[in-house]
Parts: sequence; C-alpha cells; structure tokens
Amino acid sequence: MRRCMWFAGVLAAGSMWVATSSAGAETIKVGIINTYSGSQASLGDQIDKGIRLYMKMHEADLPDGVKLEVLRRDDTGPNPEVAIRLAQELIVREKVDFLTGVVWTPVASALAKIAGQAKVPLVISNASAAMLTTISPWTVRVAHSMWHSGYPLGEWASENGIGTVYTAVSDYTPGHDSEQAFITAFEGKGGVIAGSVRMPLQNPDFIPFLQRIKDAKPDAVFAFLPAGRQATAFMKAFGELGLSDEGIRLIGTGDIVTDEELPNMGSVPVGVISAFHYSAASPSENNRKFVEAWKQEYGADSVPNYMSVGGWDSMDAIYKAIIAQNGKISSEESLRLIRNWSNPDSPRGPASIDPETGDVIHNVYMRETKMENGILANIEFETFPQVKDPWKEMKNKSK
Amino acid sequence: MGTLLSSVVSVMFHGVAYGIVLYLISVGLSITMGLMGFVNLAHGVFAMIGGYLALSFMDQVGLNFYLALVVSSVLVGVASILLERFLYRDLYGGDELEQVLLTIGLVFMAMAAARYFWGPLPQRAILPIELMGQWSILSRNFPVYRLFLIGTGITLFLILWFVVDRTGYGAKLRAAVDNQKIAQAIGINTNLLFTVTFAIGSGMAALGGGLGSELLAINPAYAMEYLVYFLIVVAVGGMGSVKGPFLAAILLGIADTACKYYIPEFGAFFIFVAMTFLLLWRPAGLLGRG
Repeated sequence: MRRCMWFAGVLAAGSMWVATSSAGAETIKVGIINTYSGSQASLGDQIDKGIRLYMKMHEADLPDGVKLEVLRRDDTGPNPEVAIRLAQELIVREKVDFLTGVVWTPVASALAKIAGQAKVPLVISNASAAMLTTISPWTVRVAHSMWHSGYPLGEWASENGIGTVYTAVSDYTPGHDSEQAFITAFEGKGGVIAGSVRMPLQNPDFIPFLQRIKDAKPDAVFAFLPAGRQATAFMKAFGELGLSDEGIRLIGTGDIVTDEELPNMGSVPVGVISAFHYSAASPSENNRKFVEAWKQEYGADSVPNYMSVGGWDSMDAIYKAIIAQNGKISSEESLRLIRNWSNPDSPRGPASIDPETGDVIHNVYMRETKMENGILANIEFETFPQVKDPWKEMKNKSK
Repeated sequence: MGTLLSSVVSVMFHGVAYGIVLYLISVGLSITMGLMGFVNLAHGVFAMIGGYLALSFMDQVGLNFYLALVVSSVLVGVASILLERFLYRDLYGGDELEQVLLTIGLVFMAMAAARYFWGPLPQRAILPIELMGQWSILSRNFPVYRLFLIGTGITLFLILWFVVDRTGYGAKLRAAVDNQKIAQAIGINTNLLFTVTFAIGSGMAALGGGLGSELLAINPAYAMEYLVYFLIVVAVGGMGSVKGPFLAAILLGIADTACKYYIPEFGAFFIFVAMTFLLLWRPAGLLGRG
C-alpha cells in the first residue's frame, strides 16, 4: 500500500513537471499531407526531404520558446477521400495551425475547401492546376501553376522557328492546363497545332501515341506528363522510335525532364527544350548552397528537384509567418503574412506570393538539356523574369 | 493507301512487341497460376525482385545485361523454393481466398521491403549498346530492344510449350495438377514436381521483370502496379493452358496498340473492355479447359 502511494506521488510530481515545462513553450503545429507510400511515393519523398532540410538548417531562426511540431499524414496517392479524412483529423483533433504538402491537384482542391471552412492556412508545395488558388483565400501556392511554364514556352517556340506542334499530355487537369496554356500562347504568336492527344494517366507504353505523332511529321512535340516514371517511359519511347532522327524536336514543361529523373533517361533528353522555374543545375549562389546542403544531407547521388524547392519554400513561408508574429500566432494574421510572403533567397531565384491571387510569382527559365561531364543537366539560357500565372492575368483582363 | 499500309505494319509490329512484353512479365504466372492452379498474386514480387537483382548486378558487380538476367532469375528461382516449402505448400488445392490473402500479404511486405532497401525512386535501367537504336526494315524503323524482346518471348514460349506438352516431365506435371492423389498413387513424386515447377515459374517471372525493366520501370510498387496486366493475360488465355496466355497477350497487345494509334481517346480503358467481352464470350478463357 505504501509502495503504491509512493508510486502515485512520483507520477503526480512527474506530471506537474511536464505541465510546468510546457507552459513556457509555445507549440505550433504544422500538418503535412503528402504521398509517403504507394506507387507515387517518390514524389512525396522529394517534398519531404525539402521540408526536413529547411527545418534542420533553420532550427535556430524560430523565436525563443517556440516549439514546432510536424504531423505527417499519408494520402497514398491522388486520393481526395483519404486526404479529406486526414485533414479533418489534423484540424479537429490536432488543431494544426498550418497545413502544407499536397502533391496532387485532386487532393489540393478537396483540401482547399476544408482549409477555407476551418480557417487554417493551406500552403501548397506542389499541386499545379491553375484554378487551385481560386477555391478559397485560405489557399496559397508557393509551387507553380501549369500556365507559368506552358505559356512562355508557347511564345518562345513560335518565335524560335517552330511552325507546327503536336501536343501530347496526360489526361488529367494539369495536363489539360498545360495543353491549353501552350496552345493559347503558341497560336497567339501564329503557330499551327498539327494535332493533340491526351494520354491515359497510368500508361505503360507510349509507342502508339508517338508513332501517330511521328506519322504526322510536326516540327516539334509539346509534352506534359507527371514527373517521374511516366515522363521517363515517354522519353524512352521517343528515343526508341527515333523521332529526333526525323527532325522532330521535343519541348515541354520541366516536368518531362525533372532533375532527379534525368539519370534514368539515357541520352534521349539531350537537346530537349523545356520551360520551368527550377533546375538543380542553376548556377545561382542560392541554388549552389541549397544543392550542396542537400547532397551533404541525403548523399552525393541524391538530386533535389522542383518539388524539393516547393517543400523548402512552404516551410519558409510558415517559418516567416511564425517569426513575424514572434510565436504568438493567430490564423488570420498568419494568412495575411503568407499571402504577402516573399523569399529573395529561394533556390529557384526570387519568389513571392501575389497577394491578390495567392499564387506564386517567380522567374521562368528556358532550359536546354545537355550532357555535361557525362551527367545530364538542364542548362538555363533565357529568363522570363517574375512571371505571374498567365491564366489569372487573362481572366482579370477579360473581366 | 501507302500510309495506311505502313501504319498497319507498325501497329502490328508494336502491338506484337507490347503483347510479348505482357507475355514475358506474365509467363511465370501462367505456370504457377495457369498450370498449378495457385492464385499467386505475389507473382509480381518475383518479377520485381528479379528486376532489382538484375539491375544491381549490372550496376554494382559489373555483370553484363544477359548474364545479370540469368543469374538473377536462377537466384530468385532457388529462393522461391523456400517460400514454396514453408508458405505455399500448405495451401495447394485449398481455399482460394486463403491463397489470395497469403499472396497479397506477401505483395505488401515486398513493397515495403523494396522501398527500404532500394528507396522509392524507380531504378535506372541501362541497356547494352547493341540493343539501343533501331533497325530499318522496309523503310520503317523498328527499335532493336523490342525486336530482342519479341525473339526472347517467342523462344521462351516454344521451350515452355515443348517441355509441358512433349516431355515426360510435362506429362507428370499435367497429371499431378489434374489429380494429385492418383498421380501420387502411381508413383509420381508430386511434392518435388511442384517445388521444381514453382521454382521455374518464379525464375521466369524474375527473367520477365529484368527483361522488361527498360519498359516497365522497376520500383517498389511494381508488384501491385502491373498485377492487373498479369491477371488479364492469364485469365483471358485460360487456366491450364500454355498456348492460351501467349495468344491472349499478343491479341491484347495488338488490339491495345491499334486502339491507341487510331482512336487515342479510348486508349485508357480499351484493354479492359476487350477483356470483358472476351470473357463473356469464353468464360474459361481463350483456350481454357473447364
């Protein structure tokens, strides 16, 4: 009996100690909804590595006494119904102060509604359909919209001797967006579309589509596929059928030549022209430091891509909002700060949020994929400075 | 007219090539499920591990492509004997639901293990130089890799067909599958027979995974991602047949390619529509018995 009471006393003292020690600290919770398992886990992995690296390098930046708690949840792929359940749990039970992550457009559009209802700022690290930031003012995107790269590429193509283009995109919203962005800009400058094909999102063999394109003999193929295996499979089929031997060039948004997939593509991508906001080979000082830190953390063979930068900048936006409020955060003020976020030191070059649309403003680079010292890299050769999402710009004009 | 003819030629070629790829990745299953009647959903696991091993041997040990394929298939075949002895054997001829649960469990375990050892990114497949590029035949270009796959697929099929249909081993196997008790009673060692056959099936799965790795990238989700294709080939081909899956794979490959070429809007689901109608027409599969 005595022993029992002694034990209870220790327990009580222990719990008091826990209570006093946490009273001084402010715990701020960040919920990450990301794809950690399943066939597309490699995408979520890139985002999460960017998030972890940022947190490791900026640990000391948080105000004194602020503790950041990160809650990771796995949507297992483009599954909005799973993501909704996870978001509800994070908001209702865990009472998170920020939501971030989000690989997929369907997931993002479901979460945007919930974040708006719950008044929790949602910072999108990747999902890229143009309309996502129009669903709720509580949704802010540090990543990119498909129009950011598709539109400038269309203009560039027409101005650089490409007369006819066949478009080939994956049949889902970002694919439709990039197709529309490219065609709008390309035809606007007098280019001719030889044909368009939309390919299934999960497709093992691209030969039939590319054979069709080869027979149509356009000057170039414009392609968008989700980064990763699909893009690689497309690239391999392009090489196998020898389209470049027929003088057909391959152009596209940077998704088809993402930095971490290049080593899997053999020599086919050499000469591909792409438009995008991030290349791991970018010579800027900020990017050099970022890539160096990345390789130190994750090994010399690991390469960051645009999603890693999306994860990195999501955390930058959240950290800056916490620091500006000195750790005593309110959701309205956090949102206001995030909607006015800017990061002149982003690895991709200066980036900021357009407070009117909640979408990112950043440089878009024209790149050519080249073999340098036996390694493929996307070499930037022209810059469209500080591009706002052209889709929203056009909508505003037509109003 | 010339262009139509020429497009038909290339659709036929690419269709056959795609069909052979389907056959190569499913041929192991056509043995374990088609011949032995075991609902082996873990088939893709053997293919995936075969692919991983082959690529690792090339990358880290420096074996050449062909040798790496052979070594990895033999290893997977031998390793599968352990699985067969300790897990599969108890469920032969048993409840199909139990077979499904066991093998789908293996798939999940293998996915997690592959992710742990090789990471989530797809593996880099680099072909030997002689398989890259194209051969020009009749003013149309054909990728060498696909010609190589077609050759290998047909050879494998012929060997398999000969062994099962024309040798004593094949006769014993067919007897044991049809009626295990009687086969045992007349002195056939069915345990050994099944073990060997299972190992051959797993080895062939591994070979298919390695051979096709340039086309169907090896990644932790491989076993799940292509499961539906393996099953389609075996189901449409018909259980208990060696020729069935081969015929089914070629037919589906050509039909799918033709559809994607001529009417790409339907490309995504044509293969499933084709399967549905084929199975409505012949529920036991093209050449199935039963």
